[in-house]
Amino acid sequence: MNRYPLWKYLLVLVVFILGLIYTLPNFYGESPAVQILPLRPNLKADSALLQRVGDALKAANLNAEGIALDPTSVKARFNNTDNQLKAKDILQAKLGDDYMVALNLLSRSPQWLSAMNARPMYLGLDLRGGVHFLLQIDMKGALDKAVETASGDMRSTLRDQNIAYSGVSRDGRLVTVKFRDAETRNKGSAELKQRFGSLAFNDKNEGNEILLLATLKPQEENRIQESAVQQNLVTLRNRINELGVAEPIIQQQGVDRIVVQLPGVLDTAHAKDILGRTATLEVRLVDDEHKPIDGSAAPFGTEMFKDRDGSMLLVKKSVLLTGERINDAQPGFDNRSNEPAVHINLDSAGTRKFKEATRENVGKRMAIILFEKGKGEVITAPVIREEIGGGRVQISGQMNTKEANDISLLLRAGALAAPMEIIEERTVGPSLGADNIVRGFRSTQIGFVAIAIFMIAYYLMFGVVSVLALGANLLLLVALLSMLQATLTLPGMAGIALTLGMAIDANVLINERIREELRNGNTPQASIHAGYENAFRTILDSNITTFIAGFALFMFGSGAVRGFAVVLCLGILTSMFSAVLISRALVNLIYGRKLRLTNISIG
Amino acid sequence: MEFFKINRNIPFMSYGRYTTTISLVTFILAVFFIATRGLNFGVDFTGGTVMEVHYAQTADLSKVRGQLTDMGLHDVLVQNFGSSHDVLLQVSLKQNVVGAKLSEQILDKLRQQDASVEMRRVEFVGPQVGKDLVENGALALLLVSIGIACYLWARFEWKFGLAAIIANLHDVIIIIGFFAFFQWDFSLTVLAALLAVLGYSVNESVVVFDRIRENFRKMRKTEVAEIIDNAITRTMSRTIITHLCTQMMVTAMLFLGGETLHYFALALTIGILFSIYSSVLVASPLLMLMGVSREDFIKTEKVAEEVLP
Repeated sequence: MNRYPLWKYLLVLVVFILGLIYTLPNFYGESPAVQILPLRPNLKADSALLQRVGDALKAANLNAEGIALDPTSVKARFNNTDNQLKAKDILQAKLGDDYMVALNLLSRSPQWLSAMNARPMYLGLDLRGGVHFLLQIDMKGALDKAVETASGDMRSTLRDQNIAYSGVSRDGRLVTVKFRDAETRNKGSAELKQRFGSLAFNDKNEGNEILLLATLKPQEENRIQESAVQQNLVTLRNRINELGVAEPIIQQQGVDRIVVQLPGVLDTAHAKDILGRTATLEVRLVDDEHKPIDGSAAPFGTEMFKDRDGSMLLVKKSVLLTGERINDAQPGFDNRSNEPAVHINLDSAGTRKFKEATRENVGKRMAIILFEKGKGEVITAPVIREEIGGGRVQISGQMNTKEANDISLLLRAGALAAPMEIIEERTVGPSLGADNIVRGFRSTQIGFVAIAIFMIAYYLMFGVVSVLALGANLLLLVALLSMLQATLTLPGMAGIALTLGMAIDANVLINERIREELRNGNTPQASIHAGYENAFRTILDSNITTFIAGFALFMFGSGAVRGFAVVLCLGILTSMFSAVLISRALVNLIYGRKLRLTNISIG
Repeated sequence: MEFFKINRNIPFMSYGRYTTTISLVTFILAVFFIATRGLNFGVDFTGGTVMEVHYAQTADLSKVRGQLTDMGLHDVLVQNFGSSHDVLLQVSLKQNVVGAKLSEQILDKLRQQDASVEMRRVEFVGPQVGKDLVENGALALLLVSIGIACYLWARFEWKFGLAAIIANLHDVIIIIGFFAFFQWDFSLTVLAALLAVLGYSVNESVVVFDRIRENFRKMRKTEVAEIIDNAITRTMSRTIITHLCTQMMVTAMLFLGGETLHYFALALTIGILFSIYSSVLVASPLLMLMGVSREDFIKTEKVAEEVLP
């Protein structure tokens, strides 16, 4: 009765081997590396870049342990951090601004493991060192600004249409327009409703005042919030590239928050500086009369800027329009040619200026320049085809949908910066991170050994089986964490230790049950069988309750606590498997084949 | 080796009066300390800035304090942390007017006096975040309680679910009471430990309840109190051994896990001790009190009999 069919042994064996393979990368450790990423869309990480990196390192007499090419970057490993830092400086100087050279850690595990997607566990910031920021976007500011712009536009619309009004005022997100009589209000309201689709209008009479109230429609508020987040995500991504951090994490959290995690960054002041920077946008005319020559001075009254492909462009110094005049920029399609296009919406003052400027410069090119930290970059430089009135500008031609998307995001980044504030920071120095790993590892180790000694002394052979099952549990848990690349934090390591401490419960339950059955006078074989059968229900119940707790922690926990929850939940799965299936397989192997079993070693 | 060779049932249920008194007293004490002393919430919840800095030589705390006073920070908690080389600074949100930039300013100031100072850790938590964490923590606690009670209700009977959850919340309140009494740092990881204890100590009750149910089916003619006594006596060995093993792991964390894991392990230790007690001497008497009876389980069997031809 205590025999498994062959497939069960095979299942256990296969799972065990898989566990072993996926745990293996954790033992090889990591070496310092530099990662080279092209920053411009027309540059690719290819064998030419690999060659360049290799040559540059050879020229500087730096021996890399290995240089490898992957789809997005070139990575070079070194035997110590000194060489890594030297290599970073050399490569950055050689390759220039077009490439990002970031410090990174690369697994030393052999090629065949990496080919199987077996990677070491992904360590959280509290273990590897780095900065974690939580930024909050000022949504109130973004919405107020939108309403403020709308109120200005309403004023000029009424003026342009010769509709008499006695005042337009804004209070928070409510715009109030005063009229002299109900008739003009009807006229004005009809005109405004037609032009401002994003606003909701209401008539109101207060005493003898005849008012028209305007607020943002809820779907418009949502759209503004959503685009504020998107636009901030894009700007952050662009800026963080500049920091040269490998594997940064930039994610939206909730409605109005963004998480930024920068592994390995120690210069937090610089990082905060970059995160808090504001960008501005300018529209200027391109000087096509002179040829831009790299390195030489720009002709009088012009400036030289790089465009997004890295080529030079001469641009006049006088500014046609600044970013504040842009209400919105959205990707879309040209109505006639159906090509991808970017639609820009200007406010009333901008519309007037833009009309003048385009009238005088038909056939010339205008450049839209994004300034960050005093450094400008030309986002796009389209030709002015005709005089543009009405404040609706369309840029099209020679772009695909992705580019249209990128351009509109960059335009918004310069124009509609919804300010962000750092509301949480967690910085862990690399030395503390390394200490944390040692501490977590050592406590697990010592706890494990203590449990092992006790279990073997108390349950003899069955104790050995329990300890082997517990070891398998640890192996599977680490393998699972490596496979899923779940973030391992210090509380997560505590979770591993705790899971092991709790997992032994299942084996204790089983062993106690077997002893009890033996006491009741059953044969050893029957006792083993009954012990496992009866204990299973209890094990299931108790694990499910712990799983409920772990799941709730995962849902509501943040950061490091969530890491604990993940380990707890995964640990329950692996411990069910190892305590029930693996330990039973071992017991069956040891005792199951003996027909006349008179005595079992259970203490 | 065997520690527990108990042949007769220990009459746990007849101790009911004493154990209920003990539980009530500890519970009331815990609530009293929570109410009067309050919890020493960590920076996770209150907001503020915590910095851990490392000096190459023994750090002079009074000098550090003096420098901070120079900066206009008068009420900063400055203490040694782990060793005499490590210093922990804690600035409340009230004093912090520059937000996230404060940590750099402090570090710059400290560098002026001693260039060897190295930043080990910075935590800045704004007021918005702390509030969210408290809300989410409370919500998680509530959800776990309801989830576990529902599961036990479905698996056993509503009386079991209720008894188990009362017993375990009793554990959680007592742990919080300890943290209030000793004014230990109550951080996010401690909250995680509380929830883990909730899930873990329910195991205890589940194991005992499982036996009670089994006994109701097997021992048809026996008194309810005796059935419960028997269930507890026979699971006691497992209870002690399991907790001993878990505690070995937790003890290792308590002493070797460093400062972050210290309070986590401490909360678990208290939780483990009290969960042994509460599953045996709180949950089961509660079950008696609620009038658990054989009928709660036999019903289902009757249906099964009717189906038979």
